[in-house]
Amino acid sequence: MHLTEKELEILQIIEQNSRIDFHDLAKMVDVDESEIADTVKKLEDMNVIVCYASIINWAKVDTYHGVTAMIDVKVTPKRGVGFNEVAKRIYRFNEVESVYLMSGAYDLSVVVNGQSMNEVAQFVSEKLSTLDSVISTTTHFMLKKYKHDGTIFEPTNEEDKRIVVSP
Amino acid sequence: MIQTSFVSKTIADLKPSGIRRFFDLAVNMEGVVSLGVGEPDFVTSWNVREAAILSLEEGRTSYTANAGLLELRQEIASYMRKRFAVSYQPESQIIVTVGGSQAIDIALRAILNPGEEVLVVEPCFVAYSPLVTLAGGVAKTIQTVRENEFKLTATELEEAITPNTKAIIMCSPNNPTGTQLRKEELIEIAKIVKKHNLVVISDEIYAELAYDEDFTSVAAIDGMMDRTILINGFSKGFAMTGWRLGFVCAPKEITEAMLKIHQYTMMCASTMAQYAALEALRSGMNDVEEMRKSYRQRRNYIVKSFNEMGLDCHNPGGAFYAFPSIERTGMSSQEFAEKLLFEEKVAVIPGNVFGESGEGHIRCSYASSLEQLQEAIKRMSRFVEKYK
Repeated sequence: MHLTEKELEILQIIEQNSRIDFHDLAKMVDVDESEIADTVKKLEDMNVIVCYASIINWAKVDTYHGVTAMIDVKVTPKRGVGFNEVAKRIYRFNEVESVYLMSGAYDLSVVVNGQSMNEVAQFVSEKLSTLDSVISTTTHFMLKKYKHDGTIFEPTNEEDKRIVVSP
Repeated sequence: MIQTSFVSKTIADLKPSGIRRFFDLAVNMEGVVSLGVGEPDFVTSWNVREAAILSLEEGRTSYTANAGLLELRQEIASYMRKRFAVSYQPESQIIVTVGGSQAIDIALRAILNPGEEVLVVEPCFVAYSPLVTLAGGVAKTIQTVRENEFKLTATELEEAITPNTKAIIMCSPNNPTGTQLRKEELIEIAKIVKKHNLVVISDEIYAELAYDEDFTSVAAIDGMMDRTILINGFSKGFAMTGWRLGFVCAPKEITEAMLKIHQYTMMCASTMAQYAALEALRSGMNDVEEMRKSYRQRRNYIVKSFNEMGLDCHNPGGAFYAFPSIERTGMSSQEFAEKLLFEEKVAVIPGNVFGESGEGHIRCSYASSLEQLQEAIKRMSRFVEKYK
């Protein structure tokens, strides 16, 4: 699908801040506010804008004890459907946060969330490895998130250090 | 007779910058949203900072050649050729300086005989006229007008020229108006410059920050290379103000003259900063593009917002300043800026510090986060509503 330069610009701004005021966004890209609404609606309808989520640093929430694992999965692709069918079987599980088809040493990179290591281990051994096409899995538990989707979690002391008035 | 002051008369007579007073007012105030900052809000790209750190780790802490690392000058030459279609010899026509300001200083000192006149196009950066005075010249200002978006016209230029005029200092895109001169306009100015055999000191420090039209360097205009001293640097486009690194490109004869001053007063620019600049030119262009895009969006936002609240503001083609008129409030620019600071805690720069034709305007830098700009606009709308 071909997007105009303005549409691209709108997408890039929304990707950084999905809660931006349309009135301000319209000023920034120099179009009418109604055009922003139409464009966003169109991009939503076409599933270019898939959803509006937020990035949450769960490590800051005391009552949260969840764990995340990245699992390298080797699979046998099926004739006719390639990797898509097995990917679909995997991403349907609620525990699965993301699934990517990769080049290199393994085929699918699967990110899984669970309440405990045990829960993730169980998911891997009972659900994932038992799938027909899955040949092997390697599970890596995530220890700490520093940066996610372009956002650094801990503020890195990057407040405005400039002098307040300068020529 | 007993000497009453040890300070030279020239310096005693030099007026301090009007910006200083505002700095003193604003610096101790809590909760100020500042549109008064004349530098990018971006921190220098990490790859550039990392290159400087590496240069220190490798112990590159000695002087460089007076004119700067040859490697860097070669990179600058290639950047200037590819980006702005001007061709300079790295060995004999480029000097790496301590910021654009030092480049302007040595340019003026290299060309001026005592009493020769230099035309300064106002509103402009606060340092030009004082630097002319310090170099022993006489600064003659040309006042441009808002009706023409503060663009210098050939007529205005020709009227200001006297037999004693040696040079003109121009800056496009301009601080504080953001105005960018188009190629056709430069060609008209160039005709007059050639006719009267003037030197142009062209401050192109904002060249990377042109939003609507490609930037044209004065030196790229037919027949201008031989009489242009081109000033550029890393401060604005590459977000490297604190590194103090600029460069000057000029005909060989002038470069040699400037280099004499440079070697006696500065020796060379900071070595670590030069290694950082090398990295900036080699791998920083994508970051420049990203920053340019972000400034353009903020420019659009702030200019529309000013017009919406009733402050007439022309659309500035470059730099990161908007220069709205505050005439409708009936206040002078000093009065407006002071009241706005005390009542709404928004810092802007009164236009008159950039020259008399800046009166009736304020300089608002939009090199701040969108959130800061939104807050500033909210406060300023309230303020203007009250006084219009």
